[in-house]
Amino acid sequence: MSFWEKLGLGLKKTSNAITGGISDIFTKKKLDSATLEELEELLISADFGVATATEIMQKFAAQKQDKEISDEEIRTLLAAEIEQRLAPCEQSFAIDSAHKPYVILMVGVNGAGKTTTIGKLAAKLQQQGKKVSFIAGDTFRAAAVEQLKVWAERLNIRVFAGPDGCDSAGLCYDGLNAAVKNGDDVVFIDTAGRLQNKSGLMDELKKIVRVIQKVIPDAPHKVLLTLDATTGQNAVSQVQIFREIVGVNGLIVTKLDGTSKGGILVAIAAESKLPIYYIGVGEKIEDLDVFSARDYSRQLLNLPK
Amino acid sequence: MFENLTDKLSQAFSKITSRGVLNEKDIDDAMREIRIALLEADVSLPVVKSFISDVKTEALGEKVVKSVKPGQMVVKIVHDELIKLLGSETTELNFNAPAPVCMLLVGLQGSGKTTTAAKIAKRLKKNKRILLASLDVYRPAAQEQLAQLAKQIDVDVLPIVAGQRPLEITKRALQEAKNGVYDLLILDTAGRLQIDETLMNEVAEVKKIAEPTETLLVTDALIGQEACNVAKEFNEKVGITGLVLTRMDGTSRAGAALSMKMISGAPIKFLGIGEKLDEIEEFHADRIAGRILGQGDVVSLVEKAIENVDRAEAEKMAGKMLSGSFDLNDMLNQMRQMQKIGSMGSILGMIPGLSKFKSQIEESGVCDNLMKKQEAIILSMTKEERLHPDIIKASRKRRIALGSGVEVHDVNVLLKSYEQMATMMKKMGKFGSLSAMSKMLKNSPFGAMMTNGINKRFPF
Repeated sequence: MSFWEKLGLGLKKTSNAITGGISDIFTKKKLDSATLEELEELLISADFGVATATEIMQKFAAQKQDKEISDEEIRTLLAAEIEQRLAPCEQSFAIDSAHKPYVILMVGVNGAGKTTTIGKLAAKLQQQGKKVSFIAGDTFRAAAVEQLKVWAERLNIRVFAGPDGCDSAGLCYDGLNAAVKNGDDVVFIDTAGRLQNKSGLMDELKKIVRVIQKVIPDAPHKVLLTLDATTGQNAVSQVQIFREIVGVNGLIVTKLDGTSKGGILVAIAAESKLPIYYIGVGEKIEDLDVFSARDYSRQLLNLPK
Repeated sequence: MFENLTDKLSQAFSKITSRGVLNEKDIDDAMREIRIALLEADVSLPVVKSFISDVKTEALGEKVVKSVKPGQMVVKIVHDELIKLLGSETTELNFNAPAPVCMLLVGLQGSGKTTTAAKIAKRLKKNKRILLASLDVYRPAAQEQLAQLAKQIDVDVLPIVAGQRPLEITKRALQEAKNGVYDLLILDTAGRLQIDETLMNEVAEVKKIAEPTETLLVTDALIGQEACNVAKEFNEKVGITGLVLTRMDGTSRAGAALSMKMISGAPIKFLGIGEKLDEIEEFHADRIAGRILGQGDVVSLVEKAIENVDRAEAEKMAGKMLSGSFDLNDMLNQMRQMQKIGSMGSILGMIPGLSKFKSQIEESGVCDNLMKKQEAIILSMTKEERLHPDIIKASRKRRIALGSGVEVHDVNVLLKSYEQMATMMKKMGKFGSLSAMSKMLKNSPFGAMMTNGINKRFPF
């Protein structure tokens, strides 16, 4: 199955919700204000967020109010609108080999899928011939270190870990020194999940960054925020706050399979133009793939590639 | 946990509560705002629609039109409908079966099932002999995670046997629970998507064998519109008896809490409110509705206080306050007692009328970091200084500031709030106490300090 098909499968429910809804609304084929309102509700129920949904609808209203319009046309217009909003976020993930090791810090709220994403990303980089290692910076959650170790074993990767409950920043310091000594190309730092409104925990993350910079002044080279696609509007604040505090410069959206919403990506793109490097549409390693604004928006509205 | 929604709703209400007469258009406008507030809070669209139509029907009825304060009536209708939405059934767990009784936890990946299993076990272990077992053979180290948590809370856990499938583990767990004369077996399962048929069938099988009296769906409170599908599908395919919402401390919207009960028909039983293993609370629809509408939740606050505050210490303190001999040692004690109850934000949210001021008060500095700072400042004082704050003059202030790593200005602020409190204490002594609320406040100078400023607007 190609990734396109998988993405389609994952987003199927979203597409059905949106396109099914659109077909329902446009039996009358005339774009009046009641129709627009219903359309707006459809976007909202796909997690687009009230602001984004309203904006898109106002644009529509200005162009097409009271004009005859077909279901297909609406979908194409919507897809184009979404693609345009997401296009700036489509960037390829590249490791700059000028930095050795290239330090990637993974952050996010609890249960977003940081550790799993590290495992999958590491597998990809390994396939590109990179020498990868892990630092098990989640010293808080029970068995988080073991979870990363299982991934490390599967991929035959070195993992730097300390005892449970040890200071994460201190561990990163030692771990990075080891990575430098070992000549690793890429080192992933896993961190404990934290809610963005816990200032104490966010300060701890800041400290980790400061300590990393004591070993490698221009590190971390990438700070990736892992976002759970089923998250509602809170995802927007996750992006804002993690970005403000540790300079997140890339997103990975997980669990886009099964979600019927996915529209949260558009809400996020409205707030920040951060690159969305990968989206996860399944549990297997190859189910984490690059983000394409066009594929995503066409699939979302059930349009052919 | 509902600040965002609370703010938006009070904005909508403020427009109508001041009016003497309400016509249909006023109510329409208010409903539109409430609708947007709910949607922005991630409440599912179908739920929002039925909520709005229910409220509107009620609001347009005679009761509102003829009442003296129609706006207040609308607020009351919204409150009552919220309670209906959140469920009025009992939230008590059902253990009505011969021991060992079984509880099954299900949900999406990363929703917090394992942590919840440990939290529930910790809560119930006083009265029950509990066995925990993890059926998660998919996520690396998931079983290990439960084993480690079980050790932390000193509850037994089913030994891990590598290579066993979930169904085999279930059978082994049931046998072990019988042999070991356990009262309760808590089964933690792997995270699964509601559309993953294989895994959904698997958990349905587990349920058939284990015959749990409680099957709880654990959901992340941060979830968006998907909440609706998750609740519906899990209920249809597995059958759930209750909901647990986790990470309630991470959201100011928590729309899921409003949607999921209605969609699944199962009551919310617990809320996860922090990372620590005792940070779980029972769910009370009426109290939560109060918090959403910014009316506070005094009952929970008092309960929390009773659980955490050292009674003897509090009484001693009350005596001291009444006699007017309140020094910095007492203030330090008070701060520590307050911290036991919870973070400043969580306390404020529960005091009627104060939830609105939460952000302002936090900005003005009465927040948790400031508490720590203030603690440090007092700890940098000599015994003499703590007993007689009057002797603290410029040079002592400089020394204290250096000692606690703050500016002289901060020391001044602390002394100033101490003075305010001491004055307040004396006043309080004159009034005496009338209700549980004022007792609460009397026992906490911060509460007194905070209410002092806004007393005129919010008398209670």
